[in-house]
Amino acid sequence: MAKKKRAIPEINAGSMADIAFLLLIFFLVTTTMDANKGINRKLPPWDPDRPIEDNPIKERNIFTVLINSNDDILVENEYANLKDLRDKAVEFILNNGKGDCDYCTGGLRSPLSSDNPQKAVISLQNDKGTSYEMYIKVQNELVAAYEVVRNQLSMERHGKPYKELTSEDDIKAIQEAFPQIISEAEPLNLG
Amino acid sequence: MSGHIKKKQKKEMPPVNTASLPDIVFMLLFFFMVTTVMREVEMKVTNDIPQASEIQKLENKSLITYIYVGQPMPKYEARFGSQSRIQLNDAFASLDDIQGFVVQDRDKHDEVEQKLMTVSIKADKNTKMGLIGDIKTELRKAQALKISYASKPVGNMDDYYTR
Repeated sequence: MAKKKRAIPEINAGSMADIAFLLLIFFLVTTTMDANKGINRKLPPWDPDRPIEDNPIKERNIFTVLINSNDDILVENEYANLKDLRDKAVEFILNNGKGDCDYCTGGLRSPLSSDNPQKAVISLQNDKGTSYEMYIKVQNELVAAYEVVRNQLSMERHGKPYKELTSEDDIKAIQEAFPQIISEAEPLNLG
Repeated sequence: MSGHIKKKQKKEMPPVNTASLPDIVFMLLFFFMVTTVMREVEMKVTNDIPQASEIQKLENKSLITYIYVGQPMPKYEARFGSQSRIQLNDAFASLDDIQGFVVQDRDKHDEVEQKLMTVSIKADKNTKMGLIGDIKTELRKAQALKISYASKPVGNMDDYYTR
């Protein structure tokens, strides 16, 4: 019998696309575009028998921010809007009351505000009933204030924004020039 | 014979060649496989995280411990009430569980990595700070001092300042 030489039949790849689509849809459904972003903070170590501070920080070196349970903000014993918080914090950090900070451009040199950026402490106190959203907004403004002053110094020293600095030493120098000191007290029941 | 040569097949629209379709789809597939993360846990609490502008990206997913905080989802409300709760992995947890959870997660890594570990607090924006403060105290007791308040970028700056 004259039979044709048997060729191996080609595999039909027509359904390949379907299979791939199925997988694609599976991954689309089961996965989330979950970016891990957030405000990074460092907590103070837990030490219940820490001795009471011998030399308390001077009142003028503390920038107090209070948030009550209605999410109202009290900055340095005055009502404040969230919008103004950043500028107030920048003003406080740059104040340069003692006059020994040669890079604090625009410092008001008020004797009632911080001596220099190294001494300037921002104290954040919230109520137990404060909403997390407001707390994050305030934290955000305070971090932003440090970012503003660091940026300003970076532009003066290196001519580019702080975020774009590449040299480790430059970054460190600026971080030391404007150390981020945000102290958080235990939440109160301010009402 | 001459007819044989002349004979042309009736002109038909040639079918579109779909041979490269699988390649295209596979390319998309790989893109999604690489860029997305598997949803690790089933969310049992509401998790509408707040917005912030000064956010930093957390590197290295394996070194992050997640703590979810929010109100129980509607289907769990009957059993757990509507008060804000903590979720660790797949289950509701209490404040006392946090220390153990963090330490257990930390012990999975070697000493060099342990220093880089971060706890990401993914809390719903309607949570009250009393609970967050308690969690922070627990984290301090567990020596987990590097934390990150999970937030998403701000969409509209004008809305951000009004509440």
